[in-house]
Amino acid sequence: MRFGLSLAAAAMAVLLGACIAPAFAIDDTERELEKYRQMLKADPWSNPALLDADRGEALWQEKRGPKNASLEACDLGKGPGKVDGAFAELPRYFKDANRVMDLESRLVWCMETLQGLTRAEILRRPYSKANQQGTDLEALATYVATKSRGVKFAPPLAHAKEKAARALGETLFFRRQGPMDFACATCHADTGKRIRLQALPYLSKPEEARTVIGEWPAYRISQGTVMTMQHRIADCFWQMRLPLVDYGSDVTVALTSYLVNQAKGGEITAPAIKR
Amino acid sequence: MPKLLKHIVVTTAAVLAIAAGVYLAWPRAQSASSVDAAIKSSWSDAAPEWQARLVQDETQKVCSQFRNAPPRNLAEAITARSKAAIVYPSDGKLMGDWKKGQSLAQNGYGGRFTDYPPRRENGGNCYACHQLDAAELSFGTLGPSLLNYGKDRKYKEAEVKTVYERIYDPHAAIPCANMPRLGASKFLTPEQIADLVAFVMSPESPVNK
Repeated sequence: MRFGLSLAAAAMAVLLGACIAPAFAIDDTERELEKYRQMLKADPWSNPALLDADRGEALWQEKRGPKNASLEACDLGKGPGKVDGAFAELPRYFKDANRVMDLESRLVWCMETLQGLTRAEILRRPYSKANQQGTDLEALATYVATKSRGVKFAPPLAHAKEKAARALGETLFFRRQGPMDFACATCHADTGKRIRLQALPYLSKPEEARTVIGEWPAYRISQGTVMTMQHRIADCFWQMRLPLVDYGSDVTVALTSYLVNQAKGGEITAPAIKR
Repeated sequence: MPKLLKHIVVTTAAVLAIAAGVYLAWPRAQSASSVDAAIKSSWSDAAPEWQARLVQDETQKVCSQFRNAPPRNLAEAITARSKAAIVYPSDGKLMGDWKKGQSLAQNGYGGRFTDYPPRRENGGNCYACHQLDAAELSFGTLGPSLLNYGKDRKYKEAEVKTVYERIYDPHAAIPCANMPRLGASKFLTPEQIADLVAFVMSPESPVNK
């Protein structure tokens, strides 16, 4: 698996930097980057992730697996088959699985239980590589998220396991580990910071979390493919020099729970276009 | 002060002090064992030597628990431990080759699971967080700007050692610093660190031009 996303992003930032006259002060560099981002957002229908959303909708309705069933009976938290607004209330506790699940771990669950696919089959290719079509999981996640566009995050926090997941996510966000001593907070607990030219969101601050968390799954121009929150978190761990985290694991669900709770009230704009 | 009032004040102070101590010592969100269990189950596919990277040392534990603002006694223990473990280059030269340092500062290679088996030497990746050479516009801002670092300090001999130690293990001076312990973790060799010192401290280096 090629995990060069951040590297490619850095390379792109360097290229972009090289296009700008060296005489420019850093504020000018920032302005040029913002102009570039605005150009990407100017025509929302040019977003290639919408193709993934369409393919995800077709996959949702398609009868697949040994049980020859579609995902239309999948309960994303608002009842079987109810997709509209479901993403805004995830992660949440699911009684049938007796655990807190985010969108992607829930999709895996539904594919296993409704369609009879094995976990190994479902996760054979969880993340697309650069310039590839999104994987089935990415297409499905993008489709479900798109059906919450304009809805505000309202993750439930009444169940003890939901509280525990959010608390675990917070602890993990500040946990330093690995050869570089990095925590999520090393890069995401201050405002206006950058790695090279890449701006870093202050994710433990609700005002900033509300503007960025709802952008995922997002289309990344530097990769030419759609990226989900699972992939985004796994890629951060890669950059932190940690091993590949399991898909839909307690750690990624807990971190997602913490981030979505920080972003509570923020509007879902997925799939956003990222640099 | 009447004796009873004095008694109440002293008792209240004692109760508050104990409560504060309990609050500070209490894990912020989760018990350590439940966090460890979640981590263990979430990297079930990783090889044992990779899982070992998720186990915290004492410094990481304290800095995580107190979110990089440890109480004084623990902060002092961190700096003492870090200072005692600093290793200097075998030839005693803390100033290496600034040109090699310049390339190490650009190089972000090393340590990721896609970097094995190693295809080149590990880099310092300094520009990810610091401004150095004014000609390099693609620099991060997580760390302070080091532009003109040596020049601003009049190239003082004592600063050379300070910079070496700061790169080797920043916790020796700043407990719970954000910066990686590039020497203590053996990510870079003492000689590579000396090259980085020269990049920051040499009058010939573009950092000081």
